[in-house]
Amino acid sequence: MSTEGGAQPPPALVREDHDGPQQRAPTGEPLVEVRDLVKHFPITRGIVVQRSIGAVRAVDGVSFDVARGETLGIVGETGCGKSTTARLMMRLLDATSGEVRFEGQDITRLRGARLKALRRDMQMIFQDPYSSLNPRKTVGSIIGEPFAIHGLEQGAGGRKRAVQELMETVGLNPEHYNRYPHEFSGGQRQRIGVARALALKPKLLIADEPVSALDVSIQAQVLNLLRDLQRSFGLTVVFIAHDLSVVRHMCDRVAVMYLGKIVEIGGGDALYGFPRHPYTGALLAAVPVADPGVPRRERALLSGDVPSPANPPSACRFHTRCPKAQDLCKTEEPQLREQDTGTRAACHFPLSHEEVVQIGVRSAG
Amino acid sequence: MSEAPADALLRVEDLHVSFATEDGVVRAVDGITYQVQRGRTLGIVGESGSGKTVASLTTLGLTRSKRSSISGRVLFEGRDLLALPEAELRAIRGNEIAMIFQDPLSSLHPFYRVGAQLIEAIRVHRDVSAKQARTRAIELLGLVGIPDPQRRVDEYPHEFSGGMRQRAMIAMGLANEPKLLIADEPTTALDVTVQAQILALLERLQRELGMAIVIITHDLGVVAEMADDVAVMYAGRIVETASAASLFADPEHPYTWGLLKSIPTLAGSREEDLLPIPGTPPSLIRPPSGCHFHPRCPYAQPDHSRIDPKLEPLTGDPAHHVACLLAPDLRRRLWAELQAGRMPEQALAAVGLQGEPS
Repeated sequence: MSTEGGAQPPPALVREDHDGPQQRAPTGEPLVEVRDLVKHFPITRGIVVQRSIGAVRAVDGVSFDVARGETLGIVGETGCGKSTTARLMMRLLDATSGEVRFEGQDITRLRGARLKALRRDMQMIFQDPYSSLNPRKTVGSIIGEPFAIHGLEQGAGGRKRAVQELMETVGLNPEHYNRYPHEFSGGQRQRIGVARALALKPKLLIADEPVSALDVSIQAQVLNLLRDLQRSFGLTVVFIAHDLSVVRHMCDRVAVMYLGKIVEIGGGDALYGFPRHPYTGALLAAVPVADPGVPRRERALLSGDVPSPANPPSACRFHTRCPKAQDLCKTEEPQLREQDTGTRAACHFPLSHEEVVQIGVRSAG
Repeated sequence: MSEAPADALLRVEDLHVSFATEDGVVRAVDGITYQVQRGRTLGIVGESGSGKTVASLTTLGLTRSKRSSISGRVLFEGRDLLALPEAELRAIRGNEIAMIFQDPLSSLHPFYRVGAQLIEAIRVHRDVSAKQARTRAIELLGLVGIPDPQRRVDEYPHEFSGGMRQRAMIAMGLANEPKLLIADEPTTALDVTVQAQILALLERLQRELGMAIVIITHDLGVVAEMADDVAVMYAGRIVETASAASLFADPEHPYTWGLLKSIPTLAGSREEDLLPIPGTPPSLIRPPSGCHFHPRCPYAQPDHSRIDPKLEPLTGDPAHHVACLLAPDLRRRLWAELQAGRMPEQALAAVGLQGEPS
């Protein structure tokens, strides 16, 4: 489990990230394009007459693409806006402004039948396998519900067969068709959630912290299942998690969010091996490594807590906690720019490779 | 851990804890023995329901009830805590042994100011004036790195962030300079950068105050960074215990292998699949016969469902104990195969064994 040393190609050669409006991924049109997405939740005062006295800027201008067949990870700490981004992509929330284009079509203003049709193509897996399954329904009817909603597999026999096939695909015993959620363990419940999400053969699967409620040994079962399904169905997946090791394992590309913004996005190897944004570096340095043989280096710890998204710092939002911050960072907001490693980072003074090693990033290439 | 060095601060001997429930008797802790040396850190690792929390709560007498039955000995500086009456135990709890919990929001009282809760913790055990206790409370908040403690001492828990609440909990635990701090998943509810701060804080405080720590966690990374010694629990028992260096370098128990191989690492190869432990943890009402791990163990042999393994020292490393029925040389070869990237079935074939058909 050693993490040290090893010859790596020079950073400049490890280019893999292309996105943004001008730089399309070479594999054709992306499945999802998110542009300047904003979600502000108003803070109100008063009971009868509610006045808005401010806003929580949960997502504040986020742009990225998801290429067909890839797994994009979104990481960040509590309150960084990663789950809100996912809910906006799913149209579970309405965006304040900005666009989400799915197969080229802006979906942020779709309604009625067209929205319902869209929902067949995108499905979600939730964090808590206990609260995301209706305890009064049998597993068969939970997994079969998407068919019922969209009027598919009408015959009772056909639907049962389809559900049992799905149960088999995710590693559940099809004979348990008539059992209730409480008869299953946490890992099995999460498999039920996966089966339900796959029922309509979606083009996009959004997994929001799918394994954080599970024990380690069970977590690995679900991660392997998701990876197998992703490979065999060619699914496009957006994978949201706070566990950086899990995201590393699952994702081709990774976006790091801080206070409603993407601070760095790029291919997994480049982002973990050669992080350029100081926040990415700090996150990676903070991960405890299950190997006491790794010499304990002095780690640069971030001081303080994440500021409130209701009142984020000016310009670069990380400047209040950033060890490299200078005056420019307080006055001018940095844009996502291509770095020498192929990732794109929003930073005026990106980390050098020496600094990455110095702050104790154990995945440094 | 059969020999008892005189300086062991805490020594738990053959502890059994069971609870009577509607469904039957839950044997949450099923005969565990371990010890904690002064100034050292013991990590207890296990999944939900392995008994790691119940074992520690029992140390502090927090599982005493009509429905529980407890046997064994918990020797703290030679005194058996299990035999102490509640009043005497209360003098030790929060004073010589302190505990911090996973969820700082539900362990702090929402109605009282943080300072008032700290002052209470101090005055329960110390005959000091409210004013002196308040000065001490401010000092403690400063010690655990809460900025502006003079002002913060008068705030309510909801005004603190998650990381600051956990710092306040630690301050409360440290109020009476305990000899032993039991930390039950102290960072599980926290973000990774805050977790790093809290772990660094615990290490600093241990250096400065010389207390022993028992850290209970499911996170092998946290254990590797914090612990001097590690005990791995499964289904109410300790299946392996060793120094941290030895446990991570040469793990002996198939369950420990399973844990190590099922976590993704930051620098690991993406191409490698994780090796999950098949199945789910057993019921503690009707635990499996023989080795409790045998139904999930890829290397189990037919007689493992009949024989109950004892936690025994290794010949090469007497501090390393393991409860496994496989022969030591066989275990070493299996682990070498797994380290070389083989699947459990391939490893079995390579050492010339057959798995128990399940």
